[in-house]
Amino acid sequence: MAVDVPSSTGTAGAAAPAPARRLGALASWEATIIALTVLVLVIASLTVDGFGDAGNAVFLLLDITPILLIALPMTLIVMTGEIDLSVASILGLTGAVMGSLWVGGMAIETIIPLCLVLGAVLGAVNGFFVTVLGLPSLAVTIGTLALYRGLAYVVLGSNAVADFPFAHTGWVTGTAGGGVVPNLLLPLLVAVVAFGIALHATPAGRGIVATGASDTAARFAGLATLRIKFTLFVLSGVVSALTGVLWALRYSSARADNGAGLELAVVAAVLLGGVSIFGGKGSLPGVVAAVVLLASLQNALRLENVSNEALTVVTGGLLIASVLAPNVLRAVRRRSASARASRAR
Amino acid sequence: MSSRRGLSLVLAGSLGLTMALTACGGGTTRESQAQQPAAPAPSSSAAASADPSAEIPEGLKIAFLPKQLNNPYSDIEAAGGKEAVEELGGEYSLVGPNDASASSQVSYINTLIQQQQDVINIAANDPNAVCPSLNQARAKGIPVVTFDSDANPDCRDVFINQATTEGIGKTLAEQALELSGGSGKVAVLSATANATNQNAWIEVMKEELAKPEYAGVELVEVAYGDDDDQKSFQQTQALLQKYPDLKAIVSPTTVGIAAAARYISSSDYKGKVAVTGLGTPNQMREYVKDGTVKEFALWSPADIGYLAGYAGAALKAGQITGAEGETFEAGRLGEYTIGADGEVVLGPPTTFDASNIDQFDF
Repeated sequence: MAVDVPSSTGTAGAAAPAPARRLGALASWEATIIALTVLVLVIASLTVDGFGDAGNAVFLLLDITPILLIALPMTLIVMTGEIDLSVASILGLTGAVMGSLWVGGMAIETIIPLCLVLGAVLGAVNGFFVTVLGLPSLAVTIGTLALYRGLAYVVLGSNAVADFPFAHTGWVTGTAGGGVVPNLLLPLLVAVVAFGIALHATPAGRGIVATGASDTAARFAGLATLRIKFTLFVLSGVVSALTGVLWALRYSSARADNGAGLELAVVAAVLLGGVSIFGGKGSLPGVVAAVVLLASLQNALRLENVSNEALTVVTGGLLIASVLAPNVLRAVRRRSASARASRAR
Repeated sequence: MSSRRGLSLVLAGSLGLTMALTACGGGTTRESQAQQPAAPAPSSSAAASADPSAEIPEGLKIAFLPKQLNNPYSDIEAAGGKEAVEELGGEYSLVGPNDASASSQVSYINTLIQQQQDVINIAANDPNAVCPSLNQARAKGIPVVTFDSDANPDCRDVFINQATTEGIGKTLAEQALELSGGSGKVAVLSATANATNQNAWIEVMKEELAKPEYAGVELVEVAYGDDDDQKSFQQTQALLQKYPDLKAIVSPTTVGIAAAARYISSSDYKGKVAVTGLGTPNQMREYVKDGTVKEFALWSPADIGYLAGYAGAALKAGQITGAEGETFEAGRLGEYTIGADGEVVLGPPTTFDASNIDQFDF
């Protein structure tokens, strides 16, 4: 079987590309997105009233948190060529369970770890269908998207649980010592760095890239691709559950419809960040930049009273551009390369 | 295997992160929580006491945040708010999500805080989820008025209530009396059997009907159309088969009243059985015009927004603080008094009939 490992993916085991070439790959879409993000942040801080101050930074971070957290494992999953669309439903179901356990009188310190375990189980169900039964993850997680959301309604109905302890809800929305640094910032940075290192600097990460580049080749190279995928689905479940807990605490409201539709925002950010939907290609810095870009654009445009419709159009346009641009770039590069080749002849 | 170890590390890292999160208290349960003081609820008014003679300053930035944009009902409420803000010489702005979700409303509240608006008027999608943000706004001196759909009373200054249960129940009883001509059988076509609002209204209506002045009116049945057009239509049919001498059907739900009117207008009962209750003018216009429906009622959504606009300005100016018994002027609607829990009741529902229905478009 022909094994085609795209050169720009980097490290599929033995054939590590030269540093210069890796830099070249990074200089493509990810670099564009990172530059664009910095540009938007700078321009918005200078021109949009109320964007640059500390209060807004806290709001921005709170808006970013759920998407960024779930985007971390989602990046890894999409890199392997799979997808998990059930993340927002896991978030909702976790919140619903958290709410009903709290009403039942359990201590919040017990509930939160239980919720993470629940997330692991829900993720493992996805992983089981995909890796053991060999079903396509798109179909499986569309199914569990509906199933988990349905279960959330079974657990909580149309009720809302709102009396979570202020020590916890206040911590999530608050800043360290009442200053300007949000409490969530440090844990979030730690999570981003941990995932970045795991993907880009560990054998596990190289395994993920190799799996996505070519599942067959990776398996022949001795990688347990199914096990990698299963672990990632479990990880995605745990992180989604953690996000569900944070969501319920941030909004002081556990409802069955918490986070509905969030999966699309996450997938959008991951794709905009330059991760190939076919797997094998992408970087975490690109995804983080894309999350920040989308959120700060929205935030700035809202402050400028730009209508919702325009916001949706801008987001959609960016997404199309993200899918289109790399292809156009590649086509241009190929043409210039062949032109050079013919000139050399 | 090394790749597994790497992944487990990430997993362990995320778990550790949560442990850090959970480590901020020891064994907090709902019960132990109940004994502790609730979250601090700031007051947005600079002055501790109201100054009824305070002037409303020009150029107040008054923002409206309805449940969602591009919803015909919300649009009319907001238009009423705009009218009030323009009368007050203020700066009106309208923002809101497309999806009627609480989380997107929170983002908009934060935006309004950053824009340093002077007043926030909001129809809350979730009474609790918007609370922390609303309280942040109030801590910064931005008064919060809820309208249409209240937030938790701890996180707003004033709630504009469209109508009280009493007011609606009484209106329904009056309609039954009037349209039955003072005596005869009437039936109620409600939403679902456990609809909170409808049941409360019907309860008040029954209490009213027990009074001597309603002695001639006999409520024979409460039927349930489940707010489903087809089922409401069939229930109307069944009611008339059962009670051919029925004088009136009172439907306190917009779905029910429209379905009942549709059935009656296309049957032999047209002109013999009156249909009334709560409906919207656009839905009921054709039945009013063809004589099936003589009158029906609903609160005016524009007046809700209008009153909210004035209440917000009065709060910002310090004329009121949201305490019971304070009064303020609300333009063409006249003077209002704040009731218990900071509630301001708009007043009795508006009655629509052939003479005024064309003035309304919602």
